[in-house]
Amino acid sequence: MTLDQLQPRRRAEIVAIDWAVLAPDEAKRLQALGIDEGARVAIAHRGVFGGRDPIALIIGRMTLAMRRSHAAAMTVREL
Amino acid sequence: MTRLRTAALVGNPNSGKSALFNVLTGARQKIANYPGVTVERKAGRFMLPSGEPVELVDLPGSYALDAASPDEEVTRKVVLGEFPGEARPEVLIVVLDASNLEQHLVFAQELIELGRPVVVALNMVDLAERDGLVLDPEALSQSLGVPVIPTVAVRRRGIDALLAAIETAEATAERDPKAHKKWHLTLPERRMAARTMAQGAVLSETAQHRLHASLDKVLLHPWLGPPILFALLFVMFQAVFAWAAPLQDGLDGAVTALIGFVTETLPAGLLRDLLTQGVLAGVGSVIVFLPQIVILFAFILAMEQSGYMARAAFLMDRLMARVGLSGRSFIPLLSSFACAIPGIMATRAIADPKDRLTTILIAPLMTCSARLPVYAVIIAAFIPHRTVGAGIGLQGLVLFALYVAGIIGAFCVALVLRSTVTKGSASGFIMELPKYQWPPLRDILLGLWQRAWIFLRRAGTIIFTVTIVLWVLLSFPKAAAGENQVDASFAGHIANGLHVVLEPIGFNREISLALIPAMAAREVAVASLATTYAVNASDDDAAAQGLIPRLQAKWTLPTALAFLAWFVFAPQCLSTIAVTRRETNGWKWPLFMLAYLFTLAYIFAGITYWSAVALGL
Repeated sequence: MTLDQLQPRRRAEIVAIDWAVLAPDEAKRLQALGIDEGARVAIAHRGVFGGRDPIALIIGRMTLAMRRSHAAAMTVREL
Repeated sequence: MTRLRTAALVGNPNSGKSALFNVLTGARQKIANYPGVTVERKAGRFMLPSGEPVELVDLPGSYALDAASPDEEVTRKVVLGEFPGEARPEVLIVVLDASNLEQHLVFAQELIELGRPVVVALNMVDLAERDGLVLDPEALSQSLGVPVIPTVAVRRRGIDALLAAIETAEATAERDPKAHKKWHLTLPERRMAARTMAQGAVLSETAQHRLHASLDKVLLHPWLGPPILFALLFVMFQAVFAWAAPLQDGLDGAVTALIGFVTETLPAGLLRDLLTQGVLAGVGSVIVFLPQIVILFAFILAMEQSGYMARAAFLMDRLMARVGLSGRSFIPLLSSFACAIPGIMATRAIADPKDRLTTILIAPLMTCSARLPVYAVIIAAFIPHRTVGAGIGLQGLVLFALYVAGIIGAFCVALVLRSTVTKGSASGFIMELPKYQWPPLRDILLGLWQRAWIFLRRAGTIIFTVTIVLWVLLSFPKAAAGENQVDASFAGHIANGLHVVLEPIGFNREISLALIPAMAAREVAVASLATTYAVNASDDDAAAQGLIPRLQAKWTLPTALAFLAWFVFAPQCLSTIAVTRRETNGWKWPLFMLAYLFTLAYIFAGITYWSAVALGL
C-alpha cells in the first residue's frame, strides 16, 4: 500500500520510498523533514476542492503538508 | 581587545529564530539584501552581560549545510566564512524547536561538528509543555557536548541565561578555536543519533490534548476550512478599505495642506512648481496608500506568526495546482491586492524558481489599491447608481467584476506561462504546518514598522525620481502665449504619437495623455485627466468631483468601459517594474511583464470597446 491510500488517523511505517520519481530538490527537502524509510507517520487531514489533495501528515510532533503525488511514491505498512 | 564580536542565529525554519532575534536585538535591526542574491540579511546588535556589543546575524532557516535553495546557500557560506564581505561568525547560536527535536537535532549536529563555539537555544519549551512534553536540557547538553539553554523567545524567558552562555562560549573562542571538535557522521547516522538524543532528553511525555490538533480539525476541515478562510479574507478586505479611509483622508489633507503652504510661501517659479506639482503631488499620491498597506500587513503578519498562513496555503493548494502553481503562491498574491510590491517581495518564500517567477509575473494582475481611485471615478461617472436584484448595487457589481477579471486573468496567464516560458515539471507543495501560537504583538509591530519603512523609502527614491522626470516632460518646453502648456510639452507630443496607437481601442487624446504620467502610479491617471480637462483642483478627490460631469460630457460609455478594461491589465506602475527587476536580477523579466501586460490591456480594452459599440451602448 502507498501512503496516499492510507486511511486518515491510521498509523503506518514507511517501508520504501521511490526516490527516483521525486524531483531531486523535493526528495532532499522531504528527507530533511524526516521522511525516510522507517519513519512513522499518520495522515491527519486531506485537502479540499476534490481530489483530496494535498495531505497533512503527522510525523513525530510535526505536521507536514505534501501532495498526493509525493505520498504515492512511498510504500507504507500499517501498524 | 576592542574588536567587534560576531554571532549568528542558525536553525531549521519554524524554530522561532526570528522571534529570538527580535528579543536579542530589539528594534536595532538592519535589513538589507545579501549582495547579488535576493536573500534578506537581518543583522542587529546585542550586549553581553559584560557590556560588550556583539553583532548578530539572523541566517535564513535551513535543514542542512548541504544547500537546496538560495537561502540555504547563504546560510552555508556565512557559517563557513565563505561569503565575500561577511565575517565568519565566532559563535553559532543554534535554535531548536523543543517539540521537534528529532528533526532539528539533525542540522544541529552538523553545525556542532564544525568544531566552533556553539550555544543551543532550546526554544519554545512552553509550547512543548503545553503539548505534554517535558524536556531535560541538561541531558541534551551532555549528549551534544555544548551548553543548552531553554528559552521562550516570545515571552523573553531564558534570555539572560542564553546571553551568559554566549559570553562563555565567546571566551573559549578566543582561547582555543578548535576546542569543540566533535564526531563526523553521515546523514542516516545523524538522524539515528538525533532520535536517540531526542528520546534521551524526554523527562515526561503525555498524550495530552493537543491544541493545534483540535484547531486543525476545524480550520483544515474539508467543509469548514474554506468558508473560515474566505470569511477571514472578507474581514481583511473590509478592514483594508474601510478602516484605512479616514487615515487616507487625513494624509491626503496633510499633503494638500503642504502643497498649499509651499505655494503660499515660495515665490512663483520653477522651484515652486517642481515642489508642488512634481514632488508633493507625485509622492503624496503614493503615500496615501500607506494606511492600507499597514492594515493589510497587520493581518498578514498576524496570520503568519499565529501559524494560520501555512493552513491557508494548504487550503488553497488544490486550486493553485490547477494553474501549475502551489499553495505557497497564495500568500504573495494575497498581498498583491494591497500592492504588488510587497507581494513580489513575498515570493522569496517560494523555493521552486519557476514557480516563483510565474507568481511574480502574475502578481500585478491582482487588483491593487492604486487602481481603486481610477475605478471609483469611472464607475461613478458611467455606471448608473441602481440596484440589480436584492440589495446588489450595479456599481458595486461592476467593481467586483473588475476584481474577478483580474483574478481570472492571472490564473489564465499562469496556465499559459507554466506551459511556455516557465515550463517545467509541476511544482510540488511541501510545507511544515507550524504549531499555533498567539502572535506576539511586539514582533508584529516591529514587522509593520519594517514594512512601512521599506515602502516609504521606495516612495522617497524611485517614485520621487519618476515624478520629477514626468514633471519635466510635462513642463518643457514652455508654452508660447495662448498655447496650452500640456500641448506644447514633450509629453503632449508623445501623447499625439500614442493617440495614433490607442485610437482603435476607443481612447481619445486626453486618455493618451493621462496614461503617460500614470506610468508612475495608476491613480495618477485621475489627477492628470483632471488637469487635462482644465479643472482647477489639486487633490484626487476634489478633482474627481469636478471631473465626473466633464467625463460624462466628453466620453462615450464604450470608451469608459474600455478604459476600465485597460486598467485591469496595464502595468502602469514603475515601482512594480523596478522591484521585479531587483527580484529577478535583470531586465529580461520586467520587460517581458511590461510587454505581455500591455498587450493584454490593449486586446481586452479593444474587445470591450468594440463589443460595447456593437451592442449599441
